Amino acid sequence: MTQLALVIDLNVCVGCHACVTSCKEWNTSGSAGPLCDEHPYGADPTGTFFNRVQTFEVGQYPNTETVHFPKSCLHCEDPPCVPVCPTGASYKRKQDGIVLVDYDKCIGCKYCSWACPYGAREIDEKQKVMKKCTLCVDRIYDTTLPESDRKPACVMACPTSARLFGDIHDAESVVSKAIRENAGYDLMPEWGTHPANHYLPRRKTNLKIHEDELERADNPLKVDGKLPKPKKSDPTLDDVTSW
Amino acid sequence: MRPALSVVFLTTLIGVGQGLFLALFTQQSYALFDLLPRQDGRFYGWGSLLALVFALAGLIASFFHLGHPERAWRTATQWRTSWLSREVIVLPAFMGILFLYGVSHLSGFDPVMVALPGGLNIHATIVLGWAGTILAFALFVSTAMIYACLRFLQEWHSPLTVINFILLGGASGFTLATLYAAMFAPAQAGFFGGWALIITMLGLIGRSVSLWRNARLRQKSTTQTAIGIKHPRIVQKAQGAMGGSFNTREFFHGKSQLFLFALKLTFLLLVFAGPVILLAINISYPSILLPGIAFVAQYAGLLAERWYFFAEANHPQNLYYQGVS
Repeated sequence: MTQLALVIDLNVCVGCHACVTSCKEWNTSGSAGPLCDEHPYGADPTGTFFNRVQTFEVGQYPNTETVHFPKSCLHCEDPPCVPVCPTGASYKRKQDGIVLVDYDKCIGCKYCSWACPYGAREIDEKQKVMKKCTLCVDRIYDTTLPESDRKPACVMACPTSARLFGDIHDAESVVSKAIRENAGYDLMPEWGTHPANHYLPRRKTNLKIHEDELERADNPLKVDGKLPKPKKSDPTLDDVTSW
Repeated sequence: MRPALSVVFLTTLIGVGQGLFLALFTQQSYALFDLLPRQDGRFYGWGSLLALVFALAGLIASFFHLGHPERAWRTATQWRTSWLSREVIVLPAFMGILFLYGVSHLSGFDPVMVALPGGLNIHATIVLGWAGTILAFALFVSTAMIYACLRFLQEWHSPLTVINFILLGGASGFTLATLYAAMFAPAQAGFFGGWALIITMLGLIGRSVSLWRNARLRQKSTTQTAIGIKHPRIVQKAQGAMGGSFNTREFFHGKSQLFLFALKLTFLLLVFAGPVILLAINISYPSILLPGIAFVAQYAGLLAERWYFFAEANHPQNLYYQGVS
């Protein structure tokens, strides 16, 4: 079974929002209709988005870190939003695990948004149907696009390659390797939703230096300078190591 | 959560309808065994149609919650998994029974369905009443489970949600039945009033326990689990939008703690304290005015109670919307 998913590397994300704008551009131009905005040039612009980048500050000044956190539908393997839908508009595709909304069946009761702990679903205030990330299902299978472009718009846009796309059920896929080798984790594991999208943690490269690497063990008197020339009778390095 | 007025009205109005029907049929069941005098068919009939009016008003209110009411028929399809779908099926079925039960009483067409050996005749209205009772409880359970089945809304995810929907709907229905009886069958007002008193006090216990439980809940989700970073101090600096979004509108009630506290006191007074006193006095000094005030107060209180029920639920998605840059 296939489970397509995104893996988002928080260590690499710089919070540029390119994925947000690229997502909006692709998905508002598709055959499913626009992602409606309300007073986009007014004081309080608001609208439908599949993907957002949030920013968190971790730690206490001065030891703080800024974490940019892209957030979209996680395409849970056990999606709580699907069984609650009274019309069957919300469904999880068997063939690739993408959770989708059938806009022609949705009645806009918002119950699925209540049933999503991640707040990944938004009602389109104009079309009155629930919308969410589709993993660019209208793009990734489009054979008119070159093979290398058959990826979600957000993945294509990311300038730092913080977003990976692939099948997390295929152990050899780039996403599976990233999760496995870089400690990929899922969000709110306490609810047993098994999100398909994973996040890679911030990673720091620390150099572990032992004390005897800073202080020469063969110089107990801490005298800097050239070592005295060994006598002819002293054991040579070769003699020592050959013991 | 931000309480949706349509759902507040839906759940309280159909609760009254269900409770009123249960009250009427309870009286008829007592009468079946000659424990109470059987009333004229018009008493049950018009009472059942009154319950139907409440259920219908609830149904109409629910349509205001939908973005596409014209597709509402689709909601009956997912009854295998969705409690909302189950409610959508049970509510019209219950309304159908209310109609048949009422018409059967009013028209006098009430044939004997089964004659039990003891000489007890089971009439059509009794069979309809049983069906209605089952459906009334099925509707209470379906409505409450819409909320109780959402496991990460911890305030709702409890058997208390179901118990309270049954008790509070029952209480308001029996109080209305007391008023109805005071107007059209004064001899029975004491019976309905007594049950209304008991169910209201049981409701007070149930709701108090849930308030106590919810005040002591430890939320399983934290900002740490939400973004997967183990650090005791995480502060949100931006949420991706500054003009608000569906996430900031739908899941925050936007009222102060003081408002919530005042609302809690209000509904405790209006739903429980007031009606209990009025119904207790009404037992000794029966009148139309007392149960009338009791019902209006209790229904108004239930609107506040249901508003509070939604507002007190903390959705874990709110963890992602703690700050705007």
